[in-house]
Amino acid sequence: MGSVTDFLLELRSEEIPARMQVKAKEDLARLFNDALAKAGLAAVSVETIATPRRLALIATGLPMATEAVSEETKGPKLGAPPQAMEGFLRKTGLTQDQLIERDGVYFAVVEKAGRQTADVLAEAIPAIIRAFPWPKSQRWGAASASTESLRWVRPLQDIVALLGDDVVPCEIDGIYSGAETMGHRFHHSGTIHIANAADYAAKLRDAHVLVHFSERCRIIRDGANAAAEAAGLNLVEDEGLVIENAGLTEWPVPMLGRFDPGFLAVPQEVIQLTARVNQKYFVCHDKAGKLANAFVCTANIDAHDNGAAIVAGNEKVLAARLSDAKFFWEQDLKVALDDQAKKLAQITFHEKLGSVADKVDRVANLARWLVEEGIVKGASADDAERAARLCKADLVTGMVGEFPELQGIMGGYYARAQGESDAVADAIRDHYKPVGQGDDVPTAPVTVAVSLADKLDTLAQFFAAGMPPTGSKDPFALRRAAIGFLSLLLQNDLRCSLKGMLVATGAGASFAILEEFLIDRLKVQQREAGVRHDLIDAVFSLGGEDDLVRLLARVKALQAYISTAEGANLLAAYKRAANILKGSDPVSPVLDTARDALMADPADIALLGALDIAEPQAKKALEAEQFEDAMAALATLRAPIDRFFEEVMVNDEDAAKRAFRLGLLARFRDAVSQVADFSKIEG
Amino acid sequence: MSDVAPLSFQDLILTLHDYWGKQGCAILQPYDMEMGAGTFHTATTLRALGPEPWNAAFVQPSRRPTDGRYGENPNRLGAYYQYQVILKPSPPDLQELYLGSLHAIGIDPLLHDIRFVEDDWESPTLGAWGLGWEVWCDGMEVTQFTYFQQMGGFDCKPVSGELTYGLERLAMYIQNKDSIFDLVYNNATADRPAVTYGDIFLENERQMSSYHFEVADTDMLFDAFKKATAECESCLQHALPIPAYEQAIKASHIFNVLQARGVISVQERASYMGRVRDLAKGSCQAWMEKNGWAA
Repeated sequence: MGSVTDFLLELRSEEIPARMQVKAKEDLARLFNDALAKAGLAAVSVETIATPRRLALIATGLPMATEAVSEETKGPKLGAPPQAMEGFLRKTGLTQDQLIERDGVYFAVVEKAGRQTADVLAEAIPAIIRAFPWPKSQRWGAASASTESLRWVRPLQDIVALLGDDVVPCEIDGIYSGAETMGHRFHHSGTIHIANAADYAAKLRDAHVLVHFSERCRIIRDGANAAAEAAGLNLVEDEGLVIENAGLTEWPVPMLGRFDPGFLAVPQEVIQLTARVNQKYFVCHDKAGKLANAFVCTANIDAHDNGAAIVAGNEKVLAARLSDAKFFWEQDLKVALDDQAKKLAQITFHEKLGSVADKVDRVANLARWLVEEGIVKGASADDAERAARLCKADLVTGMVGEFPELQGIMGGYYARAQGESDAVADAIRDHYKPVGQGDDVPTAPVTVAVSLADKLDTLAQFFAAGMPPTGSKDPFALRRAAIGFLSLLLQNDLRCSLKGMLVATGAGASFAILEEFLIDRLKVQQREAGVRHDLIDAVFSLGGEDDLVRLLARVKALQAYISTAEGANLLAAYKRAANILKGSDPVSPVLDTARDALMADPADIALLGALDIAEPQAKKALEAEQFEDAMAALATLRAPIDRFFEEVMVNDEDAAKRAFRLGLLARFRDAVSQVADFSKIEG
Repeated sequence: MSDVAPLSFQDLILTLHDYWGKQGCAILQPYDMEMGAGTFHTATTLRALGPEPWNAAFVQPSRRPTDGRYGENPNRLGAYYQYQVILKPSPPDLQELYLGSLHAIGIDPLLHDIRFVEDDWESPTLGAWGLGWEVWCDGMEVTQFTYFQQMGGFDCKPVSGELTYGLERLAMYIQNKDSIFDLVYNNATADRPAVTYGDIFLENERQMSSYHFEVADTDMLFDAFKKATAECESCLQHALPIPAYEQAIKASHIFNVLQARGVISVQERASYMGRVRDLAKGSCQAWMEKNGWAA
C-alpha cells in the first residue's frame, strides 16, 4: 500500500433542524463508508460533524489510490466448438492470442489499474448528496424551475472537499467544491480558507464555530449548571434539551433569566412545559427542591453587553407565555369539572363510537363494575365512578387546549381545587398511565380501576367496530393501550377472567380476535422480562386459561422447569412420544385390566406406576395453582420414561403389547399436557 | 435597543417598504378582502405558481376571529398586520437579505440572539406547504421564513421564498412594550401627541370580539358560505380564476367566523376546510390553465 492522507468533506447549508442532526451524521458516515468499500478503499477512522449550518466528515488514513487488480474470467475448454470461442472473445473484447491457457481451459485476464482516490471521491460526493435520506427535503432557487432539481434539507450553499491539501473537484447542481467555508453567522464575516482536514476544527473555532457536538453539549450542560448554581439554585437536568440546544447553536452561551414569582401559582408542569417545549429553556429548583422563578436559555452569540439584552428579551417572551398560561389556569378554575364534562358530548371520540361523553359513561360503569366484582380491591365503587366521570373533563379546559400534553395532569389539579378527595384527584391525574412500556404503572386502587376501565373500553370498542391495528398502522394507539392494560393487570395481580371483563364492556359478543391480540401483546411485553413467547402459547393454547395473572404464573413455572436438564429431557421425551403417537390410531389409556396379562417388561411397570402417582398429583397441584408442584410431579416421570424408551420396543411384533405401550405413551403425553401444550414449545 | 430612538409602528412599515423596495420588490397595497394571513393575497398564492419571476412586498391586515380577546389580552388580537415578502425564485442570499432587513429596523445581531428554528409551514385550506423556520429574536418568534414547495396542490416551479413578519410582535420588541395596545403608532411632533396602537384599534378589538363570539348571525353565515362556494364554482366554469379565488377567500373567512361562534363541530371542521381547499385548488388550477402552465 502506498501513502495515505486525510479527507475533509463539509456540506454547508442553511440551518439544519436540530432534531435531524444526529441521524444525519450516521447517514453521512454510512454512505461514505459504503462508497469507499465499493471502490475497494477503507479509511482508518471516519468522524462526522454536525452544526446547524454544516454537516461534515473527516476520514483519516485514506490511501491515495486503489490497488491495481487483475480480473480473470473463465472461458471455453480447449477444443470447444468455434462458436463458443467466438462468443467468449466478443464478450471480453480480446483476441484468441491474448487468452491464457491453463489445465485445458482458456482464461481472459483483464488488468485493472488502481484509481486515484481523488477520482473516486469526486464521483462519490455528488452521489452521496443525491442519495442522502433526509426525513424531509426541499428544492430552492432558480434551479427549482425543474422538479428534478437537487433536494437538500434546506438550501445547500457550498461544499468543501479536501484530500490532503488538494481540492477534490466536483460539482452538483451548480455548486462547485472548494476550500472555502464560512464561520459563525454573526461573529465572523467573509470566507475562511481551509488548508486540510487537520486544519478544519481550529480554523472554525477561530471563527466562533465549535464543530464538535460533544463540546457544545458540554458547554451547555456545564454552563447551565454553573448559571443556576451562581444564583443559588439547582438546574433541573434535561439531556434532551442539552442536545437540542447544541443542535441550535454553533457558539452556545447559557444564561440565567428570571420570571415574576407570581407565576409560580400556576402548576409547575405548565411552567416547565412552556419553558421547555416552546422556548427550549431549562428550569431550576431552589435548595428546597421547589420550582424556582428562574430559567436558563442558550444564546448563540457572545453579546457586546454580556447578554443583558438577550436575557431581558427572553424574560419578556416567557412572561408573555406564562401570563397566557395563568389566564387559562384562572379561567379554568372558575368552571366546575362537572360542567366541563357536559361539554364532552360535543366532542367526537370516533365517528363509529359516539362522543367522548359516551365513552366516559361506559368507562364510569366499567370502573364501578371492576370494583364491585372485587377485581380491583381496596377502592370505593363510588370513588371509582366519580373519578371516571370527571377524568376526561380537562380536555375542554383552556389549558389543555393550549397544552394537550397536560391532559390528566390538569384534571388532577382542577379536581383537587374543587375539593375532590385525593383518591379521586390522583385517579384523574394518573388514569392515562402507563403510557407505553417503561412508564410507571398505577397501584392506587381507584386509579387502577379508572385506568383499566379506560383502556379496556378503548380496546373492546375499536375491535368490536372492526378497527384493529394492521401492520404498521395503529391510528388509535391500541397496541399501547393493550400494553397498559396488561401491565395494570399483572403488576396489581388482578385476578379475573379476561372474557368476563370483555363481556362487561358491552362492546359485542365475540372477542376472539381481541384475545389473540392481547396474548400477542403479552408476548411482546414479556419478552423484555425474558419470558419465552412459545411457552405463553403452550399454556394459552390449552384453552380455558384466560386469567392472565395465573397464565403468566404457569408460564414462568414452566420456563423455570424446562430450562433445567431434567425439564429439557422431559420435553424431549414428550416430543418423542408425540411423534410415535402421530402415526397411530387413538388408543385407550385405560390399562389396568391388561396389566397382568401383557406386561412383561419392568420398564413398562415402572412407567405405569409413576403415571398412577404423578397424574393425580399434578392435577391436584394445578387446581391449587401450585404450578411448581405440578412441575415437580411431572418431573417424577422423567426417569421412568427415559428407561421406557431405552429398554422396550414400542412397536412390538405382538399387537397387544404394541397397543398397550402406545396407550402408555398416550397417558404420558396427556399427563404432561395438563400443564401445557408441549407441542408448541420450541427446541 | 440601538443608538437611535426605536421606530414607531408606521415607521417600521415604512422602513421595511424602503428596504424591500430597494431590493427590487414591487411594494403592493393590502388585498381589499378579509383574510387570515398575507399568504392569501393573490400576490402570494397565485403568483407563487408558474415560471415567471416575481418580487413583491406588502402589508396584509390579517383577521383571526378565534384569537380575539376583547382587547383584554396584551399579546393577542383578532385582527393584526403581517408584513409579507415574496421572492421568486428564492434568491441564494435570502437569509442575508432578511437579516439586512432586521438590521434596517434596528436589531443588532451581536446584541440580540437571532436564530433560525425549524418550523415547516402548511396551509390546509390553500393546499400549500413549504419548509423553513420561525426566526427567533431573543426567544421570540418574529418571522415565518418559508420556501414554498407546493401551492394549491401544484409543485412550485420555481420555488418562492416567503417572509412573514409579525409587525406587532416586532414593534413590541423594538419599542420594549408589554402590551400591543401601548405600541407607539406614530411619534409625537411638537404640536401633536403620539398615537398608540390602542388609540386606533382597541375599540375595534372589543366590538369585533363581541361580534365574532356572540352576535354574528350563523344562519346568514352558513348561507353566505354556500353562496360563496356556488359563486366560486360559477367563476371557475367561466374560466375566471381571480374572481373565483376571491370567493374562496370569502368562504375561508366565513368559515373562520363560524369557528369563532363555536357552531362547527370537530368532524364538520375537516369537511369545511376540505371544501375551502377544493375552491382554492380549483382557482389555482384555473390560473395555471389560463396562463398555459403545465402542472
